[in-house]
Amino acid sequence: MDIQKVSKSYGEKMVVGNISIPIKKGAITAFIGPNGAGKSTLLSMMSRLLPKDTGAIYIDGNEVKAWKQNELAKKLSILKQSNGLNLKLTVRELVAFGRFPYSKGRLTQQDQDKIQEALAYLELEEMSAQMIDTLSGGQLQRAYIAMVLAQDTEYIFLDEPLNNLDMSHGVQMMKTFRRLAKELGKTVVIVIHDINFAASYADEIVAMKDGQLFAKGTTEEVIQKDILDRLYEMDIRVVTVDGKQFCLYFN
Amino acid sequence: MSNQKYTRKFIVLTVLLLGLIAAYLTIESNGNWAFILPLRGKKLAAFLLVGMTSAISAISFQTLTQNRILTPSILGLDSLYVLFQTSILFLFGSGHQLVVNRELNFLISVVLMMLASLFLYAVMFKKRGHHLYFLLLVGMVMGTFFRSMATFMQVLIDPNEFDHLQSKLFASFNNIDTSLLVISCVICFVTLLFILPELKYLNVLSLGRDQAINLGVDVSKVTIKLLLMIAVFTAIATALVGPLLFLGFLVANIAYQVFQTYRHGILFIGASLIGMIALVGGNLIVEKVFHLETTLSVVLEFVGGIYFIILLLKERKGEA
Repeated sequence: MDIQKVSKSYGEKMVVGNISIPIKKGAITAFIGPNGAGKSTLLSMMSRLLPKDTGAIYIDGNEVKAWKQNELAKKLSILKQSNGLNLKLTVRELVAFGRFPYSKGRLTQQDQDKIQEALAYLELEEMSAQMIDTLSGGQLQRAYIAMVLAQDTEYIFLDEPLNNLDMSHGVQMMKTFRRLAKELGKTVVIVIHDINFAASYADEIVAMKDGQLFAKGTTEEVIQKDILDRLYEMDIRVVTVDGKQFCLYFN
Repeated sequence: MSNQKYTRKFIVLTVLLLGLIAAYLTIESNGNWAFILPLRGKKLAAFLLVGMTSAISAISFQTLTQNRILTPSILGLDSLYVLFQTSILFLFGSGHQLVVNRELNFLISVVLMMLASLFLYAVMFKKRGHHLYFLLLVGMVMGTFFRSMATFMQVLIDPNEFDHLQSKLFASFNNIDTSLLVISCVICFVTLLFILPELKYLNVLSLGRDQAINLGVDVSKVTIKLLLMIAVFTAIATALVGPLLFLGFLVANIAYQVFQTYRHGILFIGASLIGMIALVGGNLIVEKVFHLETTLSVVLEFVGGIYFIILLLKERKGEA
């Protein structure tokens, strides 16, 4: 996947300016940066939820616009920060929607297997018959991620997937993404606010600020005091514990 | 919920509807079958058709807008119909082909309303992003404008012509335009065939626009098709029984309560049955209990309005 000179403005304000980055296949790439940096907007453009003003985004050599909608849905999935749904739907039915690009609502045995697999992956089997409006925020978030898994795409984009999750489920989620990347060769792109999660689990980091590309590279290259200090305009200590980098920013 | 449960509810609703239909056709008939059956039968057919079209267009519109307290009449399409009818009478007089030939008049109205819905769509998507609320606002403003224009012309019209307008062009539940029944049924059937393949996309759309795009639904295409369908169905209902404000909203919400599902096939059938029951049953009550001292539209607006306020209050409480 390649992003070339992509921009987006709302009126006078440029929210994403001329960004070009390749996304590494089979790895976890984290978008970090302060609020309003344009991370979510870029992710939305990468996943065709938002039209871009200029530039091009290529997936497997073809521009996003040139893809057939339904084919692209088998290639790429996006999960945005979701607000609650006023829908009568069980967890299993929600996850089953992930198979829509393949089966158009008529589930085959293969679809059922994928759904079961996704439910198991996120430990949702026990509550699969529960209505989604009875779930807690974290459970609902996991159900949505199970749906994305059931969609079984090569590229998985997630906008702040750790929202509403407690630490334990957050870690579990990041480990899940890692397994997806390492074992199944999926390309995972996440917008994330907690830089420690990015530092611990991401392979690549793209830092954005004011709609511009601020820094990019491997996690070790980007998680550096001088880069982070300027990115967030605060005093951040970067320490190494057991060979992993950690950022301390409570001061 | 299992399919059996839906089937059971369908059966209950169907039996209820058939009972009401039987009552409607036979009450106080005094054995004058030859006279009563065609007369009441036509009226009944109109009720069934309107019940179905209002239910289906309301549910589609609510899924499209992700909002369960909206009704398609917010788009102002029914006001456009009224304006069109008033204008042709105002400009050409009651003897004109456009006024006399009901079918021609109806077809032109349908085309006009479809064009208007396409215009609304263009407004919605020309603006950056997808400003649904902008669309609704434009629809509301245009609707008010059309109504005011129509009222203005009605004031200027010759009183005799106005009388003609009242009785012929503006249908109401007591003055159903049965001359349009056949053509309405045909158009309705064709539209249903056209919209049936979209049912599965409607189910996905109820997850929201972003999710629908993610799952490979061509949201623009589905939106255009649905808006066209809403225009046609609004035209049918308005031509047969006049503008309806709350009927669609009312039956859609009752259907959500009764069926508790996201599956639009079930919601469409259920809401249509409920819509038909509301119209046939309501009409029975108006004719036999109130002895026509009130009209069905008044009763429907009253019940629908109260339900609307209850829902509004409930939503507010839920979010607070």
